Amino acid sequence: MSPTALTELDAGDTAAWIRRAARLIAVRADELTALDAAIGDADHGANMKRGMNAAVEALPDAPEAPAAVLKQTAMALISKVGGAAGPLYGTFFLRMSTALAGRQTIDTAALADAVAAGIGGIVQRGNAETGDKTMLDAWSPALQALRDRSGEAEGTLARAVAAAADAAAAGRDATEPMLAKKGRASYLGERSIGHIDPGAASTALIMQALADVVSGRVTGEA
Amino acid sequence: MTGIVVVSHSRPLADAAVTLVRGLIPGLEAPLEVAAGLPDGTLGTDATEIMAAIEAADDGTGVVVLADLGSGVLAAQTALELLDPELAARVHLSGGALVEGLVAAYAAAGTGKDPVAARADADAAASLKLRQVAGPPPP
Repeated sequence: MSPTALTELDAGDTAAWIRRAARLIAVRADELTALDAAIGDADHGANMKRGMNAAVEALPDAPEAPAAVLKQTAMALISKVGGAAGPLYGTFFLRMSTALAGRQTIDTAALADAVAAGIGGIVQRGNAETGDKTMLDAWSPALQALRDRSGEAEGTLARAVAAAADAAAAGRDATEPMLAKKGRASYLGERSIGHIDPGAASTALIMQALADVVSGRVTGEA
Repeated sequence: MTGIVVVSHSRPLADAAVTLVRGLIPGLEAPLEVAAGLPDGTLGTDATEIMAAIEAADDGTGVVVLADLGSGVLAAQTALELLDPELAARVHLSGGALVEGLVAAYAAAGTGKDPVAARADADAAASLKLRQVAGPPPP
């Protein structure tokens, strides 16, 4: 039997997303750290692993609403990541949570609006824009993919999130030839060219985790 | 009295900066709190620890925050977003260099200046040093 794709995300699915993201980041932590060693301070994988593990530990057994899951995730990342990724991802999930307040479920349009709100938080906090070789270069194309499909008829969530995950991965790869204009990597100037941005790489994993959950390939236990 | 919070990736750096400023300007008693490093001793900043430090440093007058760089600033800004808005309105993040800004802000706070004036002194500290290095203007 093929897995059943989700048509919307409830609180449990949102928690499954965080668990799956923690799992993918734990598996790829060394790779993220290696990317950060090239153009940063070689701690992104360890920092994100610690933060996402704290986020999983903070998940309630029976989450009440997606916004509550996302807010607890935000606070865990803000207090446990340590590097710039903590405030940036923390603000992303906090703004997502605010955008989803009062909703029990998330459809494609609500997801796109929430991701847009999260990106707004990253832009405000990091004072960065697309093309600066940051996590925004993965988030922005992911949002565009969600927006492109949010007007379609039923059954769009799985296709939209799969497209968003692919777009985030392409955005991650596109950071390789870029010159870093924000963050520690920008101190390196021309030497930042030729390396994938670690923040864009972790963003691609977070979107992949959502695609895994929405497609039904992984369940609540992730 | 205006409170001061020192934010750094490094706990030893922040503690040394506090020792330095208290040694350079003895006799002043401005509230001074540190939020620096991670609990396991590694480098990093924690916005929730910065929040707690701001709450501890505020007696109702307000607080100036000095951060070292990069995610120190990001974490301090995140702490402002998380704080009770009424308190956050009294908190002023300085763009000054950590050591120069801390000395200026501590002196300002300890001599009774409000947080806006103390932040302005901290922000101006680096340009005073630039002028010091440049020496007197040519005759």
